[in-house]
Amino acid sequence: MTDRNRKTGWFFAAPLVVVLIPFFIATIAVVLIASFLEHDGFGGMIASFTLENYADLLRSDLTWKLYLSMVKFSVLTWIGTLVIGFWVAYFLVFHVRNPLLSIGLFLLGTVPFWTSNIIRMISWIPLLGKEGLINSTLRATGVIDEPLEFLLFSDFAVVVAYVHQLTIFMIVPIFNSMARIDKRTIEAALDAGATRSEIMRWIVVPLSKSGIALGSIFVLSMVMGDFFVVKVMSGGGSASIVSALFEDIAVLQYPPAAANAVVLLIVVVVVISLILRTVDVRKEITR
Amino acid sequence: MSNSTPHRRIRTLDEPGKPWTFWVLLAVFVAYVLALYGPMFCIYILSFQDLRGGLVFPMKGLSVHWFVDLFTQVRTGDVKGGFQRSIVLAAMVTVLTVVGSFMAGMAFRQRFKGDTVVFYLMIGSLVAPGLVLGIGIGMLFQYFGIEAAWYSSALGAHLSWTLPFGVLVMFAVMARFDRAWEEAARDLGASSWQVIRMVVIPILAPGLVAVALFGFTLSYDEFSRSLQTSGSLNTLPLEIWSMTLNVTSPSLYALGTVTTIASFLIIGLCLGLIAYLQRRRARRVAGA
Repeated sequence: MTDRNRKTGWFFAAPLVVVLIPFFIATIAVVLIASFLEHDGFGGMIASFTLENYADLLRSDLTWKLYLSMVKFSVLTWIGTLVIGFWVAYFLVFHVRNPLLSIGLFLLGTVPFWTSNIIRMISWIPLLGKEGLINSTLRATGVIDEPLEFLLFSDFAVVVAYVHQLTIFMIVPIFNSMARIDKRTIEAALDAGATRSEIMRWIVVPLSKSGIALGSIFVLSMVMGDFFVVKVMSGGGSASIVSALFEDIAVLQYPPAAANAVVLLIVVVVVISLILRTVDVRKEITR
Repeated sequence: MSNSTPHRRIRTLDEPGKPWTFWVLLAVFVAYVLALYGPMFCIYILSFQDLRGGLVFPMKGLSVHWFVDLFTQVRTGDVKGGFQRSIVLAAMVTVLTVVGSFMAGMAFRQRFKGDTVVFYLMIGSLVAPGLVLGIGIGMLFQYFGIEAAWYSSALGAHLSWTLPFGVLVMFAVMARFDRAWEEAARDLGASSWQVIRMVVIPILAPGLVAVALFGFTLSYDEFSRSLQTSGSLNTLPLEIWSMTLNVTSPSLYALGTVTTIASFLIIGLCLGLIAYLQRRRARRVAGA
């Protein structure tokens, strides 16, 4: 590596680093420090070291319940977004033969992304509610007598809202990596007598791996860091880690909230590093 | 956005007719698009009810009552101010994200000492829960005695998310960039700055617009990073949030309709810009 190379590298990375130092590194440091401080119960922090915040957190049944429900929502949402995202991307890349149409349909699938997430979430209410479109249609056609209660303000509604919001973050990277698969590779496999499932298993899936990994990173980090979807769509029945942590912030209990945040951050980092281990995202996307 | 592949004329898979998988996947795609748009269209329709309107179907009357209500009632909050602040904030974020992402994209093309550290810090900033960063930034500003405001602390909070996102988009864009063009320019005697200005930027321009589009939307729609960092004045998503908690009238849906129209105007502008840049480039190539 030449000295010049290093200098231009740092020169070009400077704006990114200038943002990351105060707004990520220092920020995380502040949260970390706060998590070890005592609090006076009135919004003040006392500068003395304690592990009490972590002990309280880990002793609380609520914490474990919240993490369990986080795991449940993460897995369900990940499966939902991955299955839909993969097949939608596959359809657009390999089945739509007109490239202009393919891009057009791709945009059609991404347009709702440009509107407010909160609005998109509440837009399920007139559909899923007790008096909503689905229930009233089912009742009018005589399929059911009583409205289906599980549709809204339930775990089901939470997963629907997550998948609705986040599938796009799966489609875009998978579409991107699939679009770069050389169609001649598939031709060659066909000529060599490969079946549809063999092509899928040995060509399409391995070459889409970086897209799948990137999409999984987006989706999982957003579910784990979610503030409002669980809160609203579960109807107050359950909460996310972040919304629970915000309850502490709302009453100015910073140190317990900070301890909670640090634990969550560790969990997120572990999950994301597991994904990053399966695929070298940087090498894959810059290749 | 992705370019068409050069091999599109080569037919793949079974030649005559469509394979059965085509129809299955078409059904999946149509179902996805319906589920994507269905709920949103419901609220757009419901926002045009009259005074008797409620939150669910059936539709009661037809008027723009709730749109007037949205902008005139006090209880619906400061929607107009929030909207203006969000637009200005998103515009600032967009400019900084495009510049920062482009430069970081250039930086990561070669290896430099410490590049892995910067890369993983960036991934960390991308995946960190937004509210946690927001709380930390709020505390940091408090510690240094700087007042949190939407144009300072919230700006930084948004950049900590839009920049890593933009850099990843840049990676994908640059993977399609052929370095031979750069080398050719250098061989013809161009300086480094000339290469960037006259070769790299024009070729990457559509990709840069895509980064801008992402930066704008991610910021314009960001809620959890703004919650603790925007100070005393709310941005639009914060207004929307407080409305979802307090307002149980179709005003809420009217707000959804209005913000969607605004988003579409912006995306339309950006796509128009991409089309214009591409056409100009095509003309230049043809004229050269």
